[in-house]
Amino acid sequence: MARFTFKGGIHPDDGKSLAKDQPIREIFPSGDLIYPLSQHIGAPAVPAVKKGDQVLKGQKIADAGGFVSAPIYSSVSGQVKALEKHFNPTGSNVDCIVIENDGKYQEVEYPPVKPLSEMTRDEILTKIGDAGIVGMGGAGFPTRVKLTPKEPEKIDYIIANCAECEPYITADYRRMLENTEELVSGMRVVLSLFEHAKGVFAVEDNKKDCIARLRAAVKDEPRMEVCELVTKYPQGAERQLIYAVTKRAINSSMLPADAGCIVDNVETMIGIHHAVIEGKPLLERIVTVSGDAIQNPGNFKVLLGTNHEELIEAAGGFKTEPEKVISGGPMMGFAMITTDTPVTKTSSAILAFEKDIVAQSMETACINCGRCVSVCPSRIIPSRLADYANRHDEETFVKQNGLECVECGSCSYVCPAKRQLKQAIGAMRKTALANKKKK
Amino acid sequence: MSNKLKVSSSPHIRDKVTTGNIMLMVVIALLPATFFGIYNFRHENAWLLVLVTTASAVLTEYIYEHAMHKPITIKDCSALVTGLLLALNLPPTLPLWMGALGSIFAILVVKQLFGGLGQNFMNPALAARCFLLISFTGRMTTFTYDAVTEATPLAALKAGESVNTLQMLVGNISGTIGETSVIAILIGAVILLWTGVIDLRIPGTYLLTFVIFIVLFGGHGLDVQYIAAHLCGGGLMLGAWFMATDYVTSPITKQGQIVYGVCLGILTGLFRLFGGSAEGVSYAIIISNLLVPLIEKVTLPKPFGKGGEK
Repeated sequence: MARFTFKGGIHPDDGKSLAKDQPIREIFPSGDLIYPLSQHIGAPAVPAVKKGDQVLKGQKIADAGGFVSAPIYSSVSGQVKALEKHFNPTGSNVDCIVIENDGKYQEVEYPPVKPLSEMTRDEILTKIGDAGIVGMGGAGFPTRVKLTPKEPEKIDYIIANCAECEPYITADYRRMLENTEELVSGMRVVLSLFEHAKGVFAVEDNKKDCIARLRAAVKDEPRMEVCELVTKYPQGAERQLIYAVTKRAINSSMLPADAGCIVDNVETMIGIHHAVIEGKPLLERIVTVSGDAIQNPGNFKVLLGTNHEELIEAAGGFKTEPEKVISGGPMMGFAMITTDTPVTKTSSAILAFEKDIVAQSMETACINCGRCVSVCPSRIIPSRLADYANRHDEETFVKQNGLECVECGSCSYVCPAKRQLKQAIGAMRKTALANKKKK
Repeated sequence: MSNKLKVSSSPHIRDKVTTGNIMLMVVIALLPATFFGIYNFRHENAWLLVLVTTASAVLTEYIYEHAMHKPITIKDCSALVTGLLLALNLPPTLPLWMGALGSIFAILVVKQLFGGLGQNFMNPALAARCFLLISFTGRMTTFTYDAVTEATPLAALKAGESVNTLQMLVGNISGTIGETSVIAILIGAVILLWTGVIDLRIPGTYLLTFVIFIVLFGGHGLDVQYIAAHLCGGGLMLGAWFMATDYVTSPITKQGQIVYGVCLGILTGLFRLFGGSAEGVSYAIIISNLLVPLIEKVTLPKPFGKGGEK
C-alpha cells in the first residue's frame, strides 16, 4: 500500500506524552482580557467600542477591517477599560482592546439559526465570516476568504488538517477525541459549500485512537473519509499535507485551490460548526500548556484574550524557572519575551522549557553533510540558500528557489553544525517577497 | 520571574548529532583498519608512523589556529580524521618525518589556508598523499611485508601475475597501512552506514561503475577472480568508503552524488588500466573533488511543486 506522506522531514522527540492524556479543562479568567486587533492575516479589525462601554459576552467589539480581515468578539461581560498597546505572543507591541471582566459572563442572545439544509451558500459564508473565524492552526488566514475560491466547482478535496505534527502540542488530539461530532459537523458544513468535494480527515498514525473514533463517526457519511498519514514533521504543513493525501503538488506561487483542495485545521472546523450550526461567534479555543518547566501540563479550553500568565497558573505554574517560553510548537512557534500576553485566535500552545537548547549550541562551520538537503520538504538546498542570504545575494537566492521554503525549520533542527539556517533563509525570503511585490 | 527569558528564531529544539559526533564516528569506524594495519605491519613499526602522522595533523591545526587567533577547533575531531586517514594511506616503512610533513601539508595548505573546516576543495589527506607521492616517489612506492620488499598484489595483477584474493580480503599482504584488509574496512563501512554517517549513493555508484569499466575494458571480461582482485586491491575500498564519502569535498545534491560516483569509477578504471601506475584511487578522488562545483551546478534539484516532490 502506498504510504501517505511526502519526501524529507524529521522525527523529533514528540514530547506529547506530557499532556496527551489530560482531558480538556475549561478555565475562567479573573483578570483583564486583551484582544489584539490583528489576530489574523490581512487588515487589522476596527474597534466598534470605546473606553467605558459595557459589553456582553459574545458582543462584537471590532469589525473586520476589509475583505481579508476578521471581526473580534468579547469573550466575557464587563467594561472596556482601554484601547492601548500591548505585547502579543509573537513579541510585537500592538493595538489592543482591553476589557475588565465582571465575572458574570452575561451573554448576548444569539439570533436563531436555520438548519444547514435550508441555508444558502451565501448565508453560510456570511455566518463564518461574521463569527470571526480564521485559520486557527497558526496561519490565521480568514476562513471565509479561503472558502470562496474563484472556481468552487473545481474543489474536490476538503482536508481537515488533523496531523498535529508539532511536538508537545495535543490540543487538536484532545479535540478529535472529545469533540468528534463537532469536528464532523464542521466538515459537513464545509462540504455543503462544495458539491463535488469529498472530505478527508488527515491524521498522523501516532493517533490511532483518533483515527478509530473518526472512522466510526464518518461511517454513515458517504462524502467523508479518514486518511492515515505517516507520523513525520512537517506532515501538517499545507503543501506537504495536500501532497500526502492527493499526490498533487503545489509550489509557492500557487494556492491549495489550484490543486482542487481546501485545508482547514481541527480547531477551525470546530469553529465553523459553532458559527453555522449554533450561531455563535469565535470566543474560545483549546490551548496546550506543556514543557518540562510546567507543573501540571494539560489542555485547556480558554476564552480568547485570557492572559497567558493566568493560563500558566491554571497548569500549576512553573515547576522550575524556565529559560524559554514558546507560543506555539517548538518547531515553528515564537519565543516570548514576556508571558504577560493574551491568548489569540492562533495560539495553539504555550510551552515552557527549563533549558534553552538553542542558546547552548554554538554555531560552527558547515561541513556540507547534506542532512538539511535530505530533510527539506521543499527539496531545496538550505545550507547554500543560507549562505546566499548571509551574503545578501538576493538574486541567486531567488534563482535557486529560496522562495519555495516553507520555513518548517527541519534544516536547523538536523544541522550538526547548529547553523541557524531557517532564520537566515526566512529573513531573506521576507526581503525578497517584499521586493517582488514592489516590482 | 526574575530572570529574563531567552529569545531566538524557531525552531527551538535541535537534533543531538554534532559535527564532533560525526567525526568521532568516522574515527571509530577507521579503528578496525587501523588496528589491523598496525598488527599487519608490526615488523615495520607501523604504529609509530600512525601516531606521528595523526598527532602532527592535530598539532598543526592547533598551532595555526592559536597563531592566527582563531577559535581552536581540534575538539571537532576533523584534524584527527585527516591525520588518521593520511597515515592509513602511507607505506609502513615511510620515514616518520615524511608522515609529519604530509600532515602539515594536509592541514596547513589544503585545509586552513583555504578557510578551515568546510572550505577545502580537495580531500586534505589525499592531497597530502599525492604531494608525498610526487615529492618522494621512491619511498612512497616501496612496499615491504614481513621485512621483505615486494610488489603489491595490485601491481602484480597489472603485471599479469596471479594473485591470492583470499589474502587480499583478509589483508595479510603488502600495501599502505590501512588499505590491505578489505574485511576491516568493510566493518568500518557498516558502522558508518548503520549510524547514518554515510549512505550508499557515492560508494555504491563508485564501485558499480568501476566494476562495469573493468568488465568492459579490463580484457578479462566477466572473470570473477580478476574483478574481485581489482575490488580488493589497492586503495579502492578505503577510498570508496572513507574518502569519496568525505562531506566537504563531495556534492551536496543527491543526484550529484550519483554523478560523482560515476566519475570516480571511470577515472579509477582509466588510471588503473591505462595509467603508468597500478594505483589510481587517490588521483581519481582528488580530480573528482575538483569537478564537484560543476556537478552541483548541473544537478540542482527541482523544488517541491515544480517536479521535485516525487
